[in-house]
Amino acid sequence: MSVTTTQTMTEAPTFVEATLDGRVPSGPVQTMWERTKFEMKLINPSNRRKFKIIIVGSGLAGGAAAATLGEQGYNVECYAYQDSPRRAHSVAAQGGINAAKNYRNDGDSVYRLFYDTVKGGDFRAREANVYRLAEVSNAIIDQCVAQGVPFAREYGGMLDNRSFGGAQVARTFYARGQTGQQLLLGAYQALARQIAAGTVKMFTRTEMLDLIVINGRARGIVVRDMRTGEITPRLADVVVLGTGGYSNVFYLSTNAKGCNGTAIWRAHKRGAYFANPCFTQIHPTCIPPVGEHQSKLTLMSESLRNDGRIWVPKQPGDTRPADQIPENERYYYLEEMYPSYGNLAPRDISSRAAKRQVDSGRGVGPLRNGVYLDFADAIKRLGEKVIRDRYGNLFDMYENITGENAYKTPMRIYPAPHYTMGGLWVDYYLMSNIPGLFVIGEANFSDHGANRLGASALMQGLADGYFVLPATLPNYLASTRLEKVDENADAVKEAVANVQNITQRLMNTKGTKSVDHYHRELGKIIWEYSGMGRTAEGLQKALQLIPELEAEFWENVRVTGTANELNQELEKAGRLVDYFELGRLMCIDGLNRNESCGGHFREEYQTEEGEAQRNDAEYAYVAAWEYTGDDRPLLHKEPLKFETIKLATRSYK
Amino acid sequence: MRLKLRIWRQKNAQSEGKFVDYKLDGVSEDSSFLEMLDLLNEQLIDRNEEPVHFDHDCREGICGMCGLVINGIAHGPKAAVTTCQLHMRVFKDGDSITVEPWRAKAFPVIKDLIVDRSAFDRIVQAGGYISVNTGQAPDANVIPVPKEQADRAMDAAACIGCGACVAACPNGSAMLFTSAKLAHLNSLPQGQAERFDRAVLMVNQMDAEGFGGCTNIGECEAVCPKEISLDFIAMMNRDLLRANLMGKGKR
Ligand SMILES: Cc1cc2nc3c(=O)[nH]c(=O)nc-3n(C[C@H](O)[C@H](O)[C@H](O)COP(=O)(O)OP(=O)(O)OC[C@H]3O[C@@H](n4cnc5c(N)ncnc54)[C@H](O)[C@@H]3O)c2cc1C
Ligand code: SF4
Ligand code: FES
Repeated sequence: MSVTTTQTMTEAPTFVEATLDGRVPSGPVQTMWERTKFEMKLINPSNRRKFKIIIVGSGLAGGAAAATLGEQGYNVECYAYQDSPRRAHSVAAQGGINAAKNYRNDGDSVYRLFYDTVKGGDFRAREANVYRLAEVSNAIIDQCVAQGVPFAREYGGMLDNRSFGGAQVARTFYARGQTGQQLLLGAYQALARQIAAGTVKMFTRTEMLDLIVINGRARGIVVRDMRTGEITPRLADVVVLGTGGYSNVFYLSTNAKGCNGTAIWRAHKRGAYFANPCFTQIHPTCIPPVGEHQSKLTLMSESLRNDGRIWVPKQPGDTRPADQIPENERYYYLEEMYPSYGNLAPRDISSRAAKRQVDSGRGVGPLRNGVYLDFADAIKRLGEKVIRDRYGNLFDMYENITGENAYKTPMRIYPAPHYTMGGLWVDYYLMSNIPGLFVIGEANFSDHGANRLGASALMQGLADGYFVLPATLPNYLASTRLEKVDENADAVKEAVANVQNITQRLMNTKGTKSVDHYHRELGKIIWEYSGMGRTAEGLQKALQLIPELEAEFWENVRVTGTANELNQELEKAGRLVDYFELGRLMCIDGLNRNESCGGHFREEYQTEEGEAQRNDAEYAYVAAWEYTGDDRPLLHKEPLKFETIKLATRSYK
Repeated sequence: MRLKLRIWRQKNAQSEGKFVDYKLDGVSEDSSFLEMLDLLNEQLIDRNEEPVHFDHDCREGICGMCGLVINGIAHGPKAAVTTCQLHMRVFKDGDSITVEPWRAKAFPVIKDLIVDRSAFDRIVQAGGYISVNTGQAPDANVIPVPKEQADRAMDAAACIGCGACVAACPNGSAMLFTSAKLAHLNSLPQGQAERFDRAVLMVNQMDAEGFGGCTNIGECEAVCPKEISLDFIAMMNRDLLRANLMGKGKR
């Protein structure tokens, strides 16, 4: 492959290798998946047991994949850092899951879901993958219902739907405000059945800390038993990562405390390309932070925007309580700015609009750092009981956290880091550029482009886990000659030694400041310069600040305890090590992308009305970065072709 | 706020644990109980002591990972919340607070406030699922599920598997947890085929894990953060009776 030098960034030039191929099959997207499924090679049922598959992650993606491959008869090992697979962070998803069932007869179709997702992603996703996602969405709902997922029903016993941001049809299936929990329990129960059947071996409280690559193929992982500290290699024929997103790089996010980028980052350091790291989603409806002790942020599901109206006082600096601000002095900015979508405008747009209001001095609440989400009209129209039925648990959660009753006073909300569209690069078959390394769910970059629509992550996780991977992974096994590997291979020893070295280095630093201190500081930098608004100048500044902080961390961090026991400080420290490096790549990627699209808002590139201005001529590509060991990652571009849907400016007016 | 804390410290499963007293100052009323412990841990790390270990993850009351006995009550004094959703405004300045791990024969302590709840997973593995392979499902609307049934299934399925019910029960019984899983699946048309086998298999596993029996004390329901109802235990017992008459659970 030829290597050329292109535009300048910081002082370092970016090296661009020849284009990257997503291995999208030829032909129209409408028939592509059916045809591909037929053309892919299969493995005879009696031979499947001989193949060992490692799946890291037991969330919707990993859990569903482990269960399904177990059902098919493969020999599966599944890993999770929690004490039970049922606790993967998918459990926290509240609002719902999309599918193109068109049970409402309101004009939905596979094509419309496909179209909405590509447009919602601001034309930065691969058409072929998105079409497939929309196509399998219906089978997901069928499967979940058969497993006993108690989706909301109408009185006649049929499934109920609600609408979500970025769509004009009601295609979202839900189970109260606990959709993620219920879908995960469905996958967990299917997994439990396979564990009992002996096809899946489950390893909980076990953290993946490195990927083992032998002769160019992913052949295993290095894990640390979090109870004992023991570090061991685990070998297999193929490795699947379903380890979730990296929003915790911001320190404060809606993710669980343990969510980490370690599995994908360490795979990246072993050669897997990291795609679009700067595409992060800041969710518009979260509870605003209250002080320094804040350890995480809590999402208030987007479904609330079905019935809540968002507003701020018209007058900047207005400190009157909400009920004393008369109707004509309220600014329902989303309804005014985006009349056809109103309060259901997509996330990136809603978040930026909220930021503009708060920045202009119209923020509400004690710290003036929120906007109102008001249910008064809905309660008047529907009654409190209906609202309680729909969102009761969210209102309760809001009250636990803020001490305020949202049936009486409007909720206060503000955007918070929530989801990462970026992730490891995968081809159409969900395989990374390292043969034998598959990546599914939020951990990969596919499907959502530069902005994910609500209720589409659960859909993608389950599509990947139940339907796509179980079809593509056997094809790899059937078409590859896999040599025997054992623990004495140099690559295995080297990977184990690498993990031991990182651990020892952390334990030996013996500084004075806690891991959380450094994580908080890193989070502030990333939020400030690579958060809701970005500039070349700011990103360059971050690229200076992050290495300084990282250097100080390695001089002065204090990890208490020892390496050979349960040690939560050590766990956090290991994850933070990777966040420093990943944070840097996010900034490099953001700097490279001289356009605004979806969640990536470069302030230099906006329309007169302040909307994102894409640059399709130069940036209609996936930016996949190769690790080079220094500050100059290598950029591989996968051009995005829009053959089915015409490239168009995204408008929700 | 200023607090006096008594916290259970235990190096590992083998060692003996003991209570240790700490004084903590500067706690915000707006912080959660776990954020209060974070603050304590920051100070312990400053003093180069080992922080208190406790399980937690989502910190929004849904993953079921957190769980502490606070002043003798599983998940603390406020009803229907998990430890992570308990906020310090329910305490007063100067309060003494005792913090212990779940205590039950079937939940051995791993370290400090962290216990091993894998027995719950094994109860589900014994039969807490509907046997349907991926790809076998008919269209989702083929079987109507009356709203009432779906709602009841959802009430039961809301269980987060935290184990507070076991910790609160003087017998260390896991009846509420097990019955909730059974009620979730057994309330739905999809769950009928395996209904009675499921009841026997899960209850057998529960007994094998060393959980105690139920003597109708009701502490479990009182501490359950998801307000799982004792009625589900009654439903389980009814199913169990019928299942035994039918000779189920032998697969
Ligand atoms: C609060 C919240 C609400 C949401 N609401 C919605 C919604 O309503 N609709 C929607 O579509 N999406 C929603 N999302 C997004 C969606 O929930 C996630 O994107 C999706 O569930 C991710 O699933 P996953 O399987 O990829 O990863 P996860 O569920 O995060 O699972 C990751 C798994 O990997 C394991 N793991 C991670 N790192 C390691 C490691 N190093 N070693 C070993 N194991 C590891 C974990 O133990 C876990 O089992 C929400 C997200 C959040 C945070
Ligand atoms: S029944 Fe309640 S207390 Fe018991 S595990 Fe479930 S949620 Fe926790
Ligand atoms: S930490 Fe998840 S329920 Fe408390």
